[in-house]
Amino acid sequence: MAFEDQRTTIYKVDPEHPESETLPALRTEELLLNMGPQHPSTHGVLKVIMELEGERVVKSTPVMGYLHRGVEKLAEDGTYHQFIPHTDRLDYVCAMYNNFAYCRAVEKLLDLKVPDRAEYLRTIVAEVQRIIGHLFWLSAQALDIGAMTVFFYCFRDREILLDWFDELCGARLTTSWYRIGGVERDLTPSLISKLKAFLDYFPPKIDEYQVFLEKNRIWLARTKGIAVISAEDAVNFGLSGPTLRGSGVDYDLRKYEPYSAYPKCEFSVPVGKNGDTYDRYWIRMMELYESVKIIKQCLEQMQEGPVMAEVPSVTFPPKQRVFTNLESMIQQFKLFSQGFKAPPGEIYCGTEAHKGELGFYIVSTGGGKPYRLKIRAPSFIHMGAFDHMARGYMISDACTIFGTYDIVMGECDR
Amino acid sequence: MHQLAKRIQESFTSGFVSASEWRGDVAVTVTRDKVHDIAEFLRDDPGMDFDYIVHVSSVDWPDDEERFEVVWEFYSIRKRHRLRLKTRVPESDCVVDSLTDLWKGADFMEREVYDMMGIRFRNHPDLRRILLPDDFAEGYPLRKDFPLRGKGWRDTFEFLDERS
Repeated sequence: MAFEDQRTTIYKVDPEHPESETLPALRTEELLLNMGPQHPSTHGVLKVIMELEGERVVKSTPVMGYLHRGVEKLAEDGTYHQFIPHTDRLDYVCAMYNNFAYCRAVEKLLDLKVPDRAEYLRTIVAEVQRIIGHLFWLSAQALDIGAMTVFFYCFRDREILLDWFDELCGARLTTSWYRIGGVERDLTPSLISKLKAFLDYFPPKIDEYQVFLEKNRIWLARTKGIAVISAEDAVNFGLSGPTLRGSGVDYDLRKYEPYSAYPKCEFSVPVGKNGDTYDRYWIRMMELYESVKIIKQCLEQMQEGPVMAEVPSVTFPPKQRVFTNLESMIQQFKLFSQGFKAPPGEIYCGTEAHKGELGFYIVSTGGGKPYRLKIRAPSFIHMGAFDHMARGYMISDACTIFGTYDIVMGECDR
Repeated sequence: MHQLAKRIQESFTSGFVSASEWRGDVAVTVTRDKVHDIAEFLRDDPGMDFDYIVHVSSVDWPDDEERFEVVWEFYSIRKRHRLRLKTRVPESDCVVDSLTDLWKGADFMEREVYDMMGIRFRNHPDLRRILLPDDFAEGYPLRKDFPLRGKGWRDTFEFLDERS
């Protein structure tokens, strides 16, 4: 065991002078504290062993893996299609984006072109998911720091979108709506009108959240200048997403390696200056406005068309045809029972999820199952910088840092 | 051959093994003893400028003489290009140089490779298991000879309904 000596040191009166009337010589000792695995601010099950000097963090060692389910091993045992529901369970707060990242990686492996309408639908739903993710993050971060009201307001609005997901695919969290080669089904007119109504309703609400927090002195004191990381260090640690952009690096895969319908939309990537928790908060708030902009443009530009690529060896036939056409039924049966064969080779495909760069590295040997599938999970890599970012700050700031990463342990431990 | 791969070949004639380009991904295979030198070159050379480490991974090829493949993926934020560096490690001497002194982010990624595949990284500051428990006795789960259901450790756990 590596942590045999982890115990809480108790401060005692100097034993050599127990009866002395004057105060015993002040003795300072470092305190080892286990934070978690059941602490509410750790967003799941995560333990951090902290060495403290008073209330200052001297060193911290994250202990992870409480939620490890061996997803990468499971991937080697199933077909490419069968892995899609597993991706839901990685970052269970934002399942759609995981589906998206995985499907994109497999499409890159197969060199598969997705129809235009499907690309727009994917972008719309991905941005809706980004809004949900940021709302969840904002509510959790504010709650961790002690601002409870925002939590209720964010969840009120998140609920509208989760109901929208429910109508779209029948599930609120574990969606599995993306398919290799397209999406599972088109948006209905009812869904489109509901989404449009939400887009009109939502931007004033973002202003409302900001009023709650940015006029709150406690909130400002606990975010401004807390957990600062320089741009150089942030890049060196491999941080991504808002956590990296807060330090002033405009690395965003939607702009750097444009994919899906993003190159056809106009949007900006907010970038911070100071690299502190407040800047990372500000970036996410600005991204909410940008997401609304992207969805609006996609809804305008989208043309009628198929939502699934027609590659019989890979993609599923429309359900209607399965019931009436023999070949489609055989195709469906073969895909479900054996999967498809991917060409031998290896690819890495990164996607800008709302937490950061979510990447899949897939090695194929030409069989129906991935030979090796590696998930580049942003939460995991962000935890690598925890010690660096927590040093010198107060113990209560550790909660802020978990929050500022937007950490989800399902993705971190896989 | 891709321009980046060519530069590596020119600068490290002895360490370079092969290069490939598929689906737009450039991959360079190098010998194990040169990994650290080449990685340092990738980071510091102005033409390369790979300041960002994307992931460290590993692949098990049980039938090959040199069984394991360690994979690094680098990205350059300034130059906007991407490169995959690979090397082979035999099972008998499962060690490769750590890159934690070049990219601090490699720390956790290398620990994960050690945890899952059992490849050790020389000069790593804190090489311990990261996702699995420290007393995990079954070996390294992502190796191909590790059964999907584990090696029976879990069957020894007592559960509530079994005791009653």
